[in-house]
Amino acid sequence: MLSVENVAVELPTPRGNLRAVDHVNLTVGAGRTLGVVGESGCGKTMLSRAILQLLPKKAKLSGRVMFDGQDLLQLSPEKLRKLRGRSLAVVFQDPMTSLNPVLTIGTQLIETLQEHLELDQATATKRSVELLAAVGIPAPEQRLTQYPHQLSGGMRQRVAIAIALSCEPKLLIADEPTTALDVTIQAQILDLLAREQRRRHMAMILITHDLGVVAGRTDEVAVMYAGRVVERAPTPALFKKMRMPYTEALLAALPRIDAAPHTPLPAISGRPPDPTRPLKGCSFSPRCRYAVARCHAEKPDLAEAETPAHQYACFHPIENHAGAAA
Amino acid sequence: MATLELTIEEDVSALPARRGRRLGLLFWFAIGWMTLMFAVAIFAHVLPLPSPTDMDMLERRAPFSMEHWLGTDGLGRDELARLIYGARISLVVGICAPIIGLTIGGALGMLAGYFRGRFESLVVGSMDVLLAFPPLILALAVTAYLGQSIFNLTCILGVLGIPAFMRVARASTLTLARREFVIAAQALGATHARILLRELLPNVLLPLLAFFLLGVAVTIVVEGALSFLGLGVPPPISSWGSMIGEGRESLEVAPRLAFLPAIAMFLTVLSFNLVGDTLRAITDPRQGAL
Amino acid sequence: MLFFVARRLLYLIPVLIAVSLLTFFIASLLPGDLAYVILGDQATPEKVAALRHDMGLDQPIWIRYFGWLGNILQGDFGRSFRTGQTVLQAVTERFPVSFELMILAEIIGLAIGVPLAIVCAARSGGAFDRFMTGSAFAMLSLPAFLSAILLIYLFAVELRWLPATGYVPFAEDPAANLRFMVLPALTLALAEWPGIMRVLRSDMIATLQEDYIALAKAKGLKASRILFVHALKPSSLTLVTITGINIGRLIGGTVIVETIFALPGIGRLLIGAIYTRDLIILQGVVLLVAAGFVVMNFIVDLLYAVLDPRIRHGHA
Repeated sequence: MLSVENVAVELPTPRGNLRAVDHVNLTVGAGRTLGVVGESGCGKTMLSRAILQLLPKKAKLSGRVMFDGQDLLQLSPEKLRKLRGRSLAVVFQDPMTSLNPVLTIGTQLIETLQEHLELDQATATKRSVELLAAVGIPAPEQRLTQYPHQLSGGMRQRVAIAIALSCEPKLLIADEPTTALDVTIQAQILDLLAREQRRRHMAMILITHDLGVVAGRTDEVAVMYAGRVVERAPTPALFKKMRMPYTEALLAALPRIDAAPHTPLPAISGRPPDPTRPLKGCSFSPRCRYAVARCHAEKPDLAEAETPAHQYACFHPIENHAGAAA
Repeated sequence: MATLELTIEEDVSALPARRGRRLGLLFWFAIGWMTLMFAVAIFAHVLPLPSPTDMDMLERRAPFSMEHWLGTDGLGRDELARLIYGARISLVVGICAPIIGLTIGGALGMLAGYFRGRFESLVVGSMDVLLAFPPLILALAVTAYLGQSIFNLTCILGVLGIPAFMRVARASTLTLARREFVIAAQALGATHARILLRELLPNVLLPLLAFFLLGVAVTIVVEGALSFLGLGVPPPISSWGSMIGEGRESLEVAPRLAFLPAIAMFLTVLSFNLVGDTLRAITDPRQGAL
Repeated sequence: MLFFVARRLLYLIPVLIAVSLLTFFIASLLPGDLAYVILGDQATPEKVAALRHDMGLDQPIWIRYFGWLGNILQGDFGRSFRTGQTVLQAVTERFPVSFELMILAEIIGLAIGVPLAIVCAARSGGAFDRFMTGSAFAMLSLPAFLSAILLIYLFAVELRWLPATGYVPFAEDPAANLRFMVLPALTLALAEWPGIMRVLRSDMIATLQEDYIALAKAKGLKASRILFVHALKPSSLTLVTITGINIGRLIGGTVIVETIFALPGIGRLLIGAIYTRDLIILQGVVLLVAAGFVVMNFIVDLLYAVLDPRIRHGHA
């Protein structure tokens, strides 16, 4: 239903063009979920903004974003507007800043409903109450007249989800929906998203920096590094046998409940390469412990491996795989 | 997991800041106009000009000529001479009054920002009272009692400027007083006077001077407004404001008599605003230019 | 909210007392003896002494202040020794003119400044934005009495569309009243819009970067709704603040504009009192204007609280 074809995003900066997204190809089928995982700055948020056409004005976007058979990049602003919020919805990272502080919860919910579904005030209000109840907000009628600052962070993110779900979208993009929330709330919100996704049979792209988040909740995972997809596989296959050293490092950096107390977390040493000065070789090579001379000299392509649908970009994929415990 | 939160922005901002924007052509035009005004005002009596107060009833509202470059006004006085002597008044009042504000307001603001506590509350409170009066109303009322003279006018406009200078000085002092070099001086046992004069004053002075130029612009406007109403400098001294006021009477027959001083005043005010605003942007302590 | 109002009210009282003190002492300590002014040419030392005694001017200043303040609290602001009119009469008679002028000026100023700010913010950095920002900066250097001359010359002298001076009360003939009011109000508005536009523009540019604007776009809302509801409403707080700050300048501008256009408002009353050295009227008007100014600032503060739900619900 959504296919991202050869999408690249360049941002002009004082130091030259920053290639935030580097020729990415992804697809999501109807009712399927895709997890996009990577460090901050790897381009995953830029990718989501590129799909939504919400990039900064000066950003240069190329490629094709096919949604329901039409290229979003070629769409007129008016057609795009009718699509957004209606078939294509989004939940942003921080519910503290993504809700308008001076408009009531009710206004922010109802305006979307009225914009796309042409409901009258009474029906729209009724729908809003149902939506708030569906995302697990107690006393939904009273919430309609409240302002965002009167709600807790978790409640606000539920409101944001209710807004996203309001017009029964075909695709929901959740951009780090739990990063800004308390750890105790995170699982609840993720479960809510997974439940609603199944119930409404919508497609979902779940963007996160946390491999643990995508583990049980997605059908497919794409790992991004320095603007590129470096490994892509069905979720079970990925966790069974990850091939890209970067994916392994990401997984190793997760804190574990079964680890002995005070075990230091194995951090990934170094930092991502400067995106304004692309490396000649594999972008991960400076930080990779398996890297050899070829890795520094040549860029590996994203290619299919022995298992179908499992792609990775690495000359030295991990053979004796280390992430079995996950 | 925290190590995964490295951002690329850190790198970008760590680069040395690009050199500030070039000052631009307009800025230099403004400087040029200000210099010209200062020059003619200072050398007004050396220039080969007719007297600005000599009337010639036969030559009333004369057009431009070799004898009177910009013609004459309603009483047959040379317009150019009156403009130039008017520049003198505008600049003298426009600069002396903000100096009063700068000195008193700056000192109060620095002391309030440095010592804090009750003294600060007292200073801020009394400034609030001064600010409770619309400035022009207060200026008018005080002029009405004191009588019209250049000295009185300067003093009144100077006092009116104190609150604004106080705020700028206090705000800068508040931020600076927490900086390392002040704390280091305190730790070394420097006296309050030394810290205020040697450490704080040089740093507070920059934003104050930028604000001073904006103060000059405002003062020229208020002086003009008072003179326009006939309540500023007493006649027959020429001032741009009173010239505009007199020119208004003959707007139908000789609009230039109002427009010439109006243009001179507008360009001068604009120049001070432009230069002041540019300097303020450069010296704004929030942008870390200090 | 109630607490907020109470705290502000409590602050209002000392400021008003200080304003009355300052007004009184300007009038009493500065040179210019009332008795000499009243008697004028016929002033002999004996007559002056007698009048001073009659008016209580020979009493200690503190007693005079409290006597004056006591009268004011009973609504007696004094009486002009020239026209015999009380200060309160004179002010209430002229207040509607000044009030109408200020309201019209603020409406025109907002009508020019707000749309320009929105258009410039939506297309910030573009040619139109740069041109308007530059124009607004230049306009800030054009004082009201200069733009008044310009407007009179253009619309009254050259085009002869509008009268340069004169006044008809609104109740008598609304159309004629507005004809007389257009130029004065426009003069004041020309001084108002640059400030409104500059502040609102930079505020809206910041607001348009917010996540909630991105979400509003992602919700598929119309551009007009995003600009006017989602972006303008948070900035309306700024608008209220700047309107509040402008009141002082607006009052000063009213004095000048009323004098130029011969409108019988408070400003003209004040100037007239200065010309005729009618010191009682002057003192009363200055006190009332300053008090009105303080109260208006108080109302702006309240408005600010009403508009910002965070303050309204006591979170700030």
